[in-house]
Amino acid sequence: MRAPSLRTLAFLTVVTLAAGYGLAFFWAPLDTEGFIQKIFYLHVPLAIVALVGFMAAAVLSILHLRSGDPKWDARSYVSIHMSVIFGTAVLLTGALWAKGQWGVWWEWDEPTLVSFLIVFLLYATYYPLRYAIEDRERQARYASVFAITAGAFVPLNFMAVRLAEPLIHPRTFASGGGLPGDMLIAFLVCLAGTALLWVTLVRFELGAKAAKADLGKIRRALAPSDSLAPSRGRSIAP
Amino acid sequence: MTPLIALADAESYVAGAYMVFVVLLLVYLAIMAAKLQRIQQELRRLAILAEGDWKPKAEAES
Repeated sequence: MRAPSLRTLAFLTVVTLAAGYGLAFFWAPLDTEGFIQKIFYLHVPLAIVALVGFMAAAVLSILHLRSGDPKWDARSYVSIHMSVIFGTAVLLTGALWAKGQWGVWWEWDEPTLVSFLIVFLLYATYYPLRYAIEDRERQARYASVFAITAGAFVPLNFMAVRLAEPLIHPRTFASGGGLPGDMLIAFLVCLAGTALLWVTLVRFELGAKAAKADLGKIRRALAPSDSLAPSRGRSIAP
Repeated sequence: MTPLIALADAESYVAGAYMVFVVLLLVYLAIMAAKLQRIQQELRRLAILAEGDWKPKAEAES
């Protein structure tokens, strides 16, 4: 089965996100928190997709170590990159929600918040680790080991947080009474849209990286000397 | 623990959160657009050179 084209993915993303946010604002009822709870339809899908993206990067890294094929390393790198961007959005939207709801931008005693920050900072160290190694093959191998180790930490961290006593941050899918039906449908559509956005942006960035790599091959074939060296830009990329 | 805040306040926080998301997305797309533009410029430069006196590496060596 052929993967959908980037254009199809982009179209599906726009339609699903528009439908999801439309449902969230005009169809899903308000809960006890009031209107500010609408941030939930943005913040929680972003968090779920970012964490799943980190775990997907771990799986891709396993494939890289097993096969030695650099394409899996590139996919793992871009997955982590995209999840870090989504993670940034999670922290910013969460801070805004916290300020509106609790009156504080951040709560250090809350395990859900702190654990997400730990995961985010852990993955922020991926870049210096990767670019500190000059040898491309070794760089890819070490980055894969990091992605697998950190990826295993994500579900462990999630479980630890579920076991901990929540202070003020609610549990999204707590046992015993979850989201009402209308809210759940809107949430699931937003989650699907956010997941599609992640996949689309990953495909987009991988396409750009492949084009850059092809360009390098053409440059080397055309001119053996450095006369055609790129005028600017970094060469480090998987 | 979860007091109902004034709707006007809530609206500004909700708008702020969605704006943050859109701005982040736009920044990312702008960075990617700049990268693609560089690739395009490089490609144009190589196309000009390929059309001119330049010969492929193997041909030049023979």
